[in-house]
Amino acid sequence: MEKELTKLFEIFIASSLINNFVFTRFLGLCIFFGVTKKVETAVGMSITFTAVMMISAALSWVIFNFVMVPLDLTFLKIVIFIGVIAAFVQSSDTIMRKVSPGLYYKLGVYLALISTNCIILAVPLINAGEHYSFLEGITLGLGSGLGFALALVIMASIREKLEIADVPVPFRGLPIAFVTTGLIALAFTGFAGIITS
Amino acid sequence: MEATNSQKIDYWKVTLSGIFKENAIFRLAISLCPAIAVTTGLKTGVLMGIAVVFVNVMSNVTVSAIRVFIHPRIRMPIFMLIISGWVTVADLSMAAFAREAYKQMGLYIQLIVAFASIFTRAEIFASKNKIVPSFFDGIGMGVGFMFSLATISFFREMLGKGALWGFSIIGAKPLLIMLLPTGGFLATGILMAFFNWIDIRFYGGKGAGGASGH
Repeated sequence: MEKELTKLFEIFIASSLINNFVFTRFLGLCIFFGVTKKVETAVGMSITFTAVMMISAALSWVIFNFVMVPLDLTFLKIVIFIGVIAAFVQSSDTIMRKVSPGLYYKLGVYLALISTNCIILAVPLINAGEHYSFLEGITLGLGSGLGFALALVIMASIREKLEIADVPVPFRGLPIAFVTTGLIALAFTGFAGIITS
Repeated sequence: MEATNSQKIDYWKVTLSGIFKENAIFRLAISLCPAIAVTTGLKTGVLMGIAVVFVNVMSNVTVSAIRVFIHPRIRMPIFMLIISGWVTVADLSMAAFAREAYKQMGLYIQLIVAFASIFTRAEIFASKNKIVPSFFDGIGMGVGFMFSLATISFFREMLGKGALWGFSIIGAKPLLIMLLPTGGFLATGILMAFFNWIDIRFYGGKGAGGASGH
């Protein structure tokens, strides 16, 4: 039992800090550079993302292990995961709009951006590739989601300051955001080596 | 794009626009994830580029071939299915024929399916045009993408390993930082700024390349 908990904790730390989706695995960059202009949006976005990542990790784990593995369909994982996530996001969008419009206007507006995003799709694919158990899969979803949230918030706070900085003309906009991300990524390299197994 | 509805379409122009004017990474700033992930070496960069060209061309052609049968309301899921089908083909072939490289970049090959650049081409070009122009559009966008990947990986491998395509060419001690994630972000940012600078200096642009970025 204790060993399992340690393993879960390891996965959590590894996915949120060491293999941070943005700074080490380079996933979700489009979203990362697109929405990090304001801290408020970044926070809303990351809450939605973390929730969707955990739920889609759970859903796809069930489908992968109880449907695809027995039927020997694992080679279709890309097609099926995309379908599952898109269907889930679409239905939660509809349900949220009907059941709680207030929450929908706070968080639901980001759902449309999510359905075919690489960062969401990566979680089930990594789970399937690493043969994680159900709990480990969900932990990976949670860890990656929180890691993504951390990245979004850090970047959004820096970019709010960058808006008023005097940046050389060719660097304005995305290029300076890239260079900034590079420097944060350098800081995140420091986490490598926390876990020695 | 203006030529979309006219009878005669300049294939060369369609192809070139994808390579330079609408270059996915440096100008439109979409589908950035693999630009940094697989560009530690020229070889992986180019392999990724080939996979993208393949998927882009094949999905464009397929969408264009069956465009009259697709009901507009369900077009998104259909495009998604077509693209993910071709990505599966690319993924499995890569796993079979390029084992070593696949170990390093397998996840990113699978994630081609989430590329905005391929999806938008299916949506705004292939679903409205005949098969042959769609084919060239796919080639143009794909090659433009490959060109950007090759440029980034050229600098990263050259500076980070002192080598090209795995062959050592510079005797000096390399800058390890270029191989780390940091180097990828820095190289992409600086190259992007360079393209902006060219645009401002020689074409009188505003250097807004990628400024809208998503």
